[in-house]
Amino acid sequence: MDYILEMEDIQIEGFSEEKWIPIIKGISLHLEKGEVLGLIGESGAGKSTLGLAAMSYARPGCRIVSGSIVFDGIELFGASEETLREIRGVRISYVAQSAAASFNPAHRLIKQYAETPVTHGLMSFQEAKNQAVDIYRRLLLPDPEGIGYRYPHQVSGGQLQRAMVAMAMACRPDIIVFDEPTTALDVTTQIEVLAAIKRITREFNTAAIYITHDLAVVAQLADRIMVLRYGNLVEEGKTREMLTNPKEEYTRELLSVRVLREERNLSGVKDDVVLQVENVSASYTGKEKVLEDIDLEIRRARTVALVGESGSGKSTLARVITGLLPPLQGKILYEGKELPPALKSRDRESLRRIQMIYQMPDTALNPKQKVRSVIGRPLEFYFGMKGSEREKRIMELLEMIELPPRKYIDRFTTELSGGEKQRICIARALAAKPDLIICDEVTSALDQLVAKGILKLLQGLQNELQVTYLFITHDLATVKVIADEIVVMLHGRIVEKGVKKKVLEPPYHEYTELLLSSVPEMDPDWLENLLKRRDEKDMGYHG
Amino acid sequence: MAFLKSLWKLPLGARVGLFIILLNIAAALLAPVISPYGETDIVADVWLQPSIHHWLGTDQLGRDIFTRMLYGARNTISIALLTTFLSFFIGSVFGFLGATLGGWVDQLLSRIVDIIMAIPMLIFALMVLAIAGTSIPVTIVVIALLDCTRVYRLARAVAMDIVVMEYVEAARLRGEGIWWLIRREILPNSMAPLVAEFGMRFCFVFLFIADLSFLGLGIQPPTADWGGMVRENAGAITFGILTPLWPAAAIAFLTVGVNLVVDWFLDITSGLRDYT
Repeated sequence: MDYILEMEDIQIEGFSEEKWIPIIKGISLHLEKGEVLGLIGESGAGKSTLGLAAMSYARPGCRIVSGSIVFDGIELFGASEETLREIRGVRISYVAQSAAASFNPAHRLIKQYAETPVTHGLMSFQEAKNQAVDIYRRLLLPDPEGIGYRYPHQVSGGQLQRAMVAMAMACRPDIIVFDEPTTALDVTTQIEVLAAIKRITREFNTAAIYITHDLAVVAQLADRIMVLRYGNLVEEGKTREMLTNPKEEYTRELLSVRVLREERNLSGVKDDVVLQVENVSASYTGKEKVLEDIDLEIRRARTVALVGESGSGKSTLARVITGLLPPLQGKILYEGKELPPALKSRDRESLRRIQMIYQMPDTALNPKQKVRSVIGRPLEFYFGMKGSEREKRIMELLEMIELPPRKYIDRFTTELSGGEKQRICIARALAAKPDLIICDEVTSALDQLVAKGILKLLQGLQNELQVTYLFITHDLATVKVIADEIVVMLHGRIVEKGVKKKVLEPPYHEYTELLLSSVPEMDPDWLENLLKRRDEKDMGYHG
Repeated sequence: MAFLKSLWKLPLGARVGLFIILLNIAAALLAPVISPYGETDIVADVWLQPSIHHWLGTDQLGRDIFTRMLYGARNTISIALLTTFLSFFIGSVFGFLGATLGGWVDQLLSRIVDIIMAIPMLIFALMVLAIAGTSIPVTIVVIALLDCTRVYRLARAVAMDIVVMEYVEAARLRGEGIWWLIRREILPNSMAPLVAEFGMRFCFVFLFIADLSFLGLGIQPPTADWGGMVRENAGAITFGILTPLWPAAAIAFLTVGVNLVVDWFLDITSGLRDYT
């Protein structure tokens, strides 16, 4: 075989709590010329660490202990800094997850593009500039001659990510390591970036290591997939083979198609409207409207999913409902009675009835508090519970969210994993015995399997306690799982709403169809077929 | 034992700093026990050289310098400590209020602080003390009020980053009052930078009091304090007598000690170095 990169028995350790702990426990990785290899795993699986090791680089606090990294006949493990400097950025380059954080905001894109080839003496600045235009054009960036002269904040997220791919291509590397390049993007934008990556790696016959947690994404690009878990290799195989016939249980679990929620039988459930949003417009500045003429009804014990891309105003709507942002016009009715627009003029009882769960469980919990006081405070605050009564209720709530009470009640919130934190946030919301819980992207910061567990928990709680959810998300896969009704938002307006079946089946609203068709499927041909279809239809969504 | 062991693992600078601080605290606490004479007793001739009876010699009135150094530690350190505590209490309460309430409250508080900070601190303090008199409580309050502007700025900046966190938003949505937000959500999360700043400000206040005493507007004689002792004995230096250098050295010594500890603490809290 003609391997461009051979990594043998790589072992990497990380320093934590005064000990070196193995992160990668002896994985071998081979990459042929021009091959795209997908690295799949949940957070903590070691996929980024392994990806960076391809350049013989370990993040601060990590070290490569043993193994061999042979790139094009050169041993990189233990090689001198000079040797590595010759190769990094020139022959192996790296594309990070957040382009916005990786670009220097003070320099124009083209200057940052040219930096690597010029410093390495491969070409003059003028040559680099001309070449950049060519690459920008290949990546289907709008205005390839001019876009390089913009600053990073002047282009959209998807464009910036493509500009970053262009930068990685600057020296025509043999290998590019893509570290979750589309994770922070909306589904519709993700497609542009995926298409661009696929196109350019093929045109230049560049080998790539594509790191992601999303199997459907990697299925579009990779020739071969490696599944990692806890620093071990679970399974390796050709993409098509693995998707059709996974060998390991873990891979099967990752692959398992998320089941649609059955149309629930809601006949036994009261049908009254809990929350009504009437003709609401809102703005942060007083001038530019973020929300316009929003009308919305939420019925008891239903899950209403609010779907839209980032910037569509869905989180703003949540802020209006909770009173954090009083609307410019319109009103919020709770069980038929008008709620005061501002938070501070609402009484304790109406605050209790609407609770909120956030996207980032890390920032939603005070790091200096223990689980006991996080859950205990609403009990004390709303119901005046004290002492053993309060203690008992905390235990009950912990049971409800499926965490062993004795083990967790005395832990600091920083001592919990992401999924556990999110469960504590759910318990905190439940402690208030609310009617309506607003879930703002509650699963998007979590790993696939953990997210699945949270969704299951939320559904179980709904059946048990008859709570109502307003579920804000950009992820249509989640919507399919959990929603009874769907509201689609675009640019601060509602473009479509209705029961799930009606929204997700033809005839579609135009924008809903775009959203739906942009959700990656496990089919390796999905991206190409989609792009072909869109070309034929001449929808040409290259925003 | 385990605590002592963990102390031994600290970096050298921090260990030296801690030692200096402990030495000073011991001197301050045990002053009446270990000092050979009374604080204001005139026991011998003026400006004697160090001897077996007077380890550091005597001052311009014939009082034992070693004794006065010990009592001076007591007065200077306790007044500086009280002042710093008061300054931190006022500064951080208003800083947190400004950050949490925002709007005109924040504007008003911040502009007042700007105005106070625009006037040189020493001159302002001299003016106020000249008007209000120089008793110890007045000195403490005046210095604390002037010094709390710095604390206000830090507390406000730190709290600004915390009030936008979702756990604070969650508490607001619950309907919690401002005092609870400050005490339970903001304060515990801003402790580290405030404590580091406390060490630093303590040094400044300590030097400031010494400055004021040197200028005759701080702690009044015959109460012993290091700054005042330097001033009272300043004349001796022209005769080649070392007396004024002892309290000066003590000031320098303690300042260095506190700063060593603060540096170490700042390293930890800023995450620059990974000491545990």
